[in-house]
Amino acid sequence: MNAEPINVTGVPVRDKGEVLLSVENISLRFGGVKAITDVSFDIRKGEIRAIIGPNGAGKTSMLNCINGFYQPQEGQIVFKGERRAKMRPHRAAAGGIARTFQNVALFKGMSTLDNIMTGRTLKMKKGFFWQALRHGPAMQEEIAHRRVVEDIIDFLQIEHIRKLPVGKLPYGLQKRVELGRALAMEPELLLLDEPMAGMNLEEKEDMCRFILDVNNQFGTTIALIEHDMGVVMDLSDRVVVLEYGRKIADGTPDEVKANQKVIDAYLGVAH
Amino acid sequence: MLYREAGQYKSTYSADMAVFPLREDRIGIAVILGVALVAIPFLGSDFFIASVMIPFLIFSLAAVGLNILTGYTGLISLGTAAFMGVGAYSCYKLTTIFPGVNIIVLILVSGLFSAGIGVLFGLPSLRIKGFYLAVATLAAQFFLQWAFVRVPWLFNYNASGAIEVPQRTLFDIPLTGASATPETRYFVCLGLVVVLTWFASNIVHGKLGRSWMAVRDMDIAAELMGIKLLNAKLAAFAVSSYFCGVAGAMMIFLWYGGGEAADVFSIRLSFNILFMVIIGGLGSLIGSFFGAAFLSILPTALKFGLPALGIPIQGAAAEHVTFMLVGALIIIFLIVEPHGLARLWQIGKQKLRTWPFPY
Amino acid sequence: MSDIATRPAPNLLANPLVKAGLIFAAVIAALAIGVRLDPTNTLYAIFVDPFQQMAQAPDLLVQTVWEGLVSGVLYALIALGFVLIFKASGVFNFAQGIMVVFAALTLVGLYEKGVPAFLAVILTLGVMFALAVTIERVVLRPLVNQPDIILFMATFGITYFLIGFGEALFGGNPKQMIAEQLYLPKGAVDLQILGGLVSLQKIDIAAALIASLMIAALAAFFQYTRIGRALRAVADSHKAALSVGISLNQIWVIVWFTAGIVALITGIMWGARSDVSFALEIVALKALPVLILGGFTSIPGAIVGGLIIGIGEKLGEFYWGPLIGGGIESWLAYFIALGFLLFRPQGLFGDKIIERI
Repeated sequence: MNAEPINVTGVPVRDKGEVLLSVENISLRFGGVKAITDVSFDIRKGEIRAIIGPNGAGKTSMLNCINGFYQPQEGQIVFKGERRAKMRPHRAAAGGIARTFQNVALFKGMSTLDNIMTGRTLKMKKGFFWQALRHGPAMQEEIAHRRVVEDIIDFLQIEHIRKLPVGKLPYGLQKRVELGRALAMEPELLLLDEPMAGMNLEEKEDMCRFILDVNNQFGTTIALIEHDMGVVMDLSDRVVVLEYGRKIADGTPDEVKANQKVIDAYLGVAH
Repeated sequence: MLYREAGQYKSTYSADMAVFPLREDRIGIAVILGVALVAIPFLGSDFFIASVMIPFLIFSLAAVGLNILTGYTGLISLGTAAFMGVGAYSCYKLTTIFPGVNIIVLILVSGLFSAGIGVLFGLPSLRIKGFYLAVATLAAQFFLQWAFVRVPWLFNYNASGAIEVPQRTLFDIPLTGASATPETRYFVCLGLVVVLTWFASNIVHGKLGRSWMAVRDMDIAAELMGIKLLNAKLAAFAVSSYFCGVAGAMMIFLWYGGGEAADVFSIRLSFNILFMVIIGGLGSLIGSFFGAAFLSILPTALKFGLPALGIPIQGAAAEHVTFMLVGALIIIFLIVEPHGLARLWQIGKQKLRTWPFPY
Repeated sequence: MSDIATRPAPNLLANPLVKAGLIFAAVIAALAIGVRLDPTNTLYAIFVDPFQQMAQAPDLLVQTVWEGLVSGVLYALIALGFVLIFKASGVFNFAQGIMVVFAALTLVGLYEKGVPAFLAVILTLGVMFALAVTIERVVLRPLVNQPDIILFMATFGITYFLIGFGEALFGGNPKQMIAEQLYLPKGAVDLQILGGLVSLQKIDIAAALIASLMIAALAAFFQYTRIGRALRAVADSHKAALSVGISLNQIWVIVWFTAGIVALITGIMWGARSDVSFALEIVALKALPVLILGGFTSIPGAIVGGLIIGIGEKLGEFYWGPLIGGGIESWLAYFIALGFLLFRPQGLFGDKIIERI
């Protein structure tokens, strides 16, 4: 399936093709262990880009480099035309990169609503003294952002768990709340680290629909890591394949599927 | 039946975001404030007000302060007493330098000095966490306590090293000093605690409070969402130390009325306030009040309650028993309800909400 | 837990806010010293004079270092108790300090009741075992699987309980340790070195020897016995250890009992130097900076950390303390540890932590 943007909501669809982020010759080492070796690829505006590979191929490390959690020893990242060797996490966030995590990293002591509200932190500007009063401008700001958050809650169909602490929610819903929190940042680039891990078929279908909707309705560029090949091939526009920290293939799902190296990596190769 | 949310519709987000969304809760708070404002000062004896209510209010404020740091932001501090001491000594210096300024203003301002010192000792919190940070705050505790003794400028070169609280008035009513009545001091304490708790409640329900909790629950995710860890943590240190500083100033000026402050702000006090926060409930403002009530009233109750029950107990033995009881109660509480009195309160409310038809 | 406890943030010193704060702190400290002295002499007093003193009177330097070494050994012993328990149960045992006092008090108390000295030692060991079993039954077992902070707070509860209990049983007055009855040496050895007289207390030498022996024994126990292997397994992961059939409860009793033995030995040594009193409880807090230096799980770390803290604080007090009014021993240890943390957040012997998400 080709996720051609469909203009249903009146949101102007940005044309694909322009490069939003490109990763250039990234290498990352932990002591002597090479996690990523000389990997380059790009992510274009509006596309769904999948990063796949066997366990330990360096996929999550790659996402960590993109949003500045790890700092690669070599290589550069160009985001929205800005070239930098090192990304700082809050810079990445302010620049419009949001992400979800492989093992759900929600704020367990807080309610669903508060979790998603934290996604609005960067967009809330009122100072400390207004916050201490919680009246006037600070309250108006809270309410304005609450509206946005309620829209996201509607979109993800999690109205019923709005006030529950997320630590007690089932896994599938936690993943959904996490997506909501990332969406609340109104990101330009959304990094999803195994958004469907550990889900049953129905939950997977829901999650796929949300990802496609996010991509279509908000025009958000998405980079996702996923092990379910069916999902990857259906959702993504282009796929990059990593193995042992190196890039072994890059292209449309069909190209990648036909690539001998990829087949070897997944099915093993007779030596 | 008495306490329920059915039928209370909220048509605006601001109504939904209120701290007490239920009408019954609002009535309850009004009743408590009414009792505190009218019943206690008129019905309570001087002894009750001076040695039960005033300590309770001051400890509550300190516990609220520590709860912001430990409960909301997840940073353990064993230096609370030292930050309280900074507030007390700043207030003392301020009254000496600006004798004309109202004492309430000075108490509030002295918290700012405490906040500054708190930020300074909070700097390591970016690099270190958990128990390591506890040790960093111990550095604050011992260093500041040393300074309170060794820097004579702080106690105006007084030979005894003690602080003397001067008499200060508002509208000719003495607020501090020997001639201030317990009732007046109680009203000042009550006013300060209520206003500051209201501020604390606003802050923890807003953006800053959410950032703190995010840092506490999953600091990596918080960082990747654009929350600057250092700023959030330092803000927590500043706000928390402010509350502690004000509590410390109140402690010396409105409760002790002077004395060797360096002994008061010892590590024992730090531990006590930490217990209040833990027993009351981490991350709960109302829990801070429960914890402070429990731990500040327990020793007094034991001292005067046991003899009244016919159990003869002397001063020293009473102290030992208090220690053992506090220790045992801490363990029992942690086993029975690790989330503290605040959680028990919530469970109780939940039960009440569905009563009498729980299904 | 250790990964929660020590998350290194990359290049803290590069952060302008932190740098500004540190510089500010340094300036304040320098000013505080400066006002007390002639401004022109301040630098001299800090950077030149102490070293001149050291060079002029090397015997004093040796004496100071020795004093530091001895108190360092005792800090290390307390830290060792912490490390044992932390390694095997992940509990940060705040009560270690009070366990030292309690063990020493029990020993002296039993002796005063007329029990022969060595029988009293054995009985005290019995009491420590009973304490370990009680703590495991009453505190640890019901709290299994709770967050670390809860367990940490529970050891506060133990501390308070033991303070009250100890005072109620033995009274709050300082007591004399029964050093002679235990055949611990008394008096001093005077050495003629570097043109001066250095006096070494025999009890200190004994303390250092006994401490080294005990540490060697513990290391061997951990490394070569079946229980030692189980302990290491538990330290790595409670769940995994349970799944291969290691009894957590049994391990905990053993570990707390071992910590109790360490506490008793520490108590005897400490008591022989000064006296047995609850003041030791505050001194025991100094084990915390030692732990920071050495890392919470490293036995050699506890030793080296203890020595660094002990020597550092004695030197600081003796040579620099008078500059700012003396008594800096009460906080210097914590600042030494903090200084180390800025450069090696994982401690001296800890591994660099890689964070995963």
